[in-house]
Amino acid sequence: MIRLWWPAAILLLWGCFALFGGLMGLAPNHIELPKILLEPGADAWLGYDDLGRPLWDRLVAGAQTSFIVAVVVVFLSAIIGTVIGVVSAYKGGWVDHLIVRIIDIFLAFPGILLAIALAGLLGPGINNVIIALSVVGWVGFARLARAQVLTIKHREHIQAAHSLGTRPTRIIIYHILPLIMAPLIVEATFAVAGAVISEAGLSFLGLGVQPPEASWGSMIRDGARYLLIAPHMVLVPGVMLMLVVLAVNLLGDQLRDRLDVHTRQREK
Amino acid sequence: MIQFLFSRLASALFVIFGVTCLVFLLLHMVPGDPVEVMLGESSQPADREALRRALGLDQPLLTQFGQYLGNLAQLDLGKSLYSQRPIVDMLLERIPATAQLAVSALIVAVLIAFPLGVLAAVKKGSHWDQSAMGVSLIGVSIPNFLMGPILILVFSLWLGWFPVSGRDGFVSLVLPALTLGTAMAAILSRMVRATLLETLNEDYIRTARAKGLSERLVVWRHAMRNALLPVITLLGLQLGVLLGGAVITEVVFSWPGLGQLTIESIQRRDYPVVQACVLLISLTYVVVNTLTDLVYGWLDPRVRLEGGR
Repeated sequence: MIRLWWPAAILLLWGCFALFGGLMGLAPNHIELPKILLEPGADAWLGYDDLGRPLWDRLVAGAQTSFIVAVVVVFLSAIIGTVIGVVSAYKGGWVDHLIVRIIDIFLAFPGILLAIALAGLLGPGINNVIIALSVVGWVGFARLARAQVLTIKHREHIQAAHSLGTRPTRIIIYHILPLIMAPLIVEATFAVAGAVISEAGLSFLGLGVQPPEASWGSMIRDGARYLLIAPHMVLVPGVMLMLVVLAVNLLGDQLRDRLDVHTRQREK
Repeated sequence: MIQFLFSRLASALFVIFGVTCLVFLLLHMVPGDPVEVMLGESSQPADREALRRALGLDQPLLTQFGQYLGNLAQLDLGKSLYSQRPIVDMLLERIPATAQLAVSALIVAVLIAFPLGVLAAVKKGSHWDQSAMGVSLIGVSIPNFLMGPILILVFSLWLGWFPVSGRDGFVSLVLPALTLGTAMAAILSRMVRATLLETLNEDYIRTARAKGLSERLVVWRHAMRNALLPVITLLGLQLGVLLGGAVITEVVFSWPGLGQLTIESIQRRDYPVVQACVLLISLTYVVVNTLTDLVYGWLDPRVRLEGGR
């Protein structure tokens, strides 16, 4: 039902901003005092912020921030989480028991709270944002990977490989991972949306990238002070953020249906 | 039931212990010397030593942890570096505001999510279903820190119905509760729809329909009762989203709760207060989740007979 072209277009735009934004000759930190709080118009494209910086340029720079953070965080969390989850389920015994307990402890921190505390204590900066979000992010992948491995662990082809004397790492890589990939890919897609929101959230709280670097979250934070006279300062990054997250979520929904993740789980 | 009760309490106690460990270790993740970070680079060496001793940072890690647990057991969380007040008093001041916000948001979420989810499930596949789920997807995609300013712009600045920020009577509660509640409603309505759809596929629903009951009776009397049970657990889990989201919502609306205190304390580098806030919010979440688990087990014997995980 839902056409996929516009979510794809938004994500393409986001990726292009992030990868080629540097080549566009933009000046996100260039201040033009006469244009302070100028509204969007013919000669101002998306308008100017409270310091007289062009919002279009900052929007593109913010896309870079959110793209880098989202890609690196999801990459790190997916790898770390999957390895931990697969090993936990495959090994079983006390290793599994311990890892499940550790996962439970991380899940006991509500939502973004642990990331806020970590980012706050580590100090601002894009690297610390990535660390904080990855420390929180691996848990979802670990839990999912573990559950998936548990359902297929006793299948015949794995037992066959085992009795042929195949090494565990080989079994995991060639016989287990391909079978649990689909749900992990879907999880990773939704994790991108989560990472974009979390990065913007941390930056909104002043715990993300440092000024004058741009992030959609810090742009919304700056704009919230000038809501009445310059609502475009909030709306420009806000709408972009919403569209990117919406596009990723739609893509995730589609992927889930295409890869048939739910039905496959129910059959077992 | 007794066995179920004990296994759940035991795992809750373990998680509480683990959370306490992690929160204790947070202070040691501060890069460099935490005392120097907290007091600033220009601080006097004597002051630094005094603070180091007051926080026990000159002791070995295990001794520190023992002291930390001992103090916690006596509800002594130390003093704020910024205001020099006992941290317990500061927390107690802030709890009512956060509790009020969380409960109101929960009510808003339930009021929106249930009709939306039920409508979508009952009219599955229709344009009602599609638009309800579309609204929910858009809701999921608008974070609190964007929803808040948009509501402020429309309802405070343009229409002038509600105050922009602060906590002063019922009117000031409306926008923060809406911001936090709609975010939760978006997720919750999808879950209500999914659980109700699953229940509507059960055999006894077919029986109820076959004996000629009206669709309204089937949905409300037969399906809802059983669909509601998993939703209770979901509500408990969603409290996490709610409490985490409350931190950001409180900052947006200058709502004087625990979340705002957390962020203020991070900015002031008052790390003992940050630790205390994180610990309190997380433990609340663990306790509430354990309680919902127990209630669920009490209501549905199938859960407790399956035993612990």
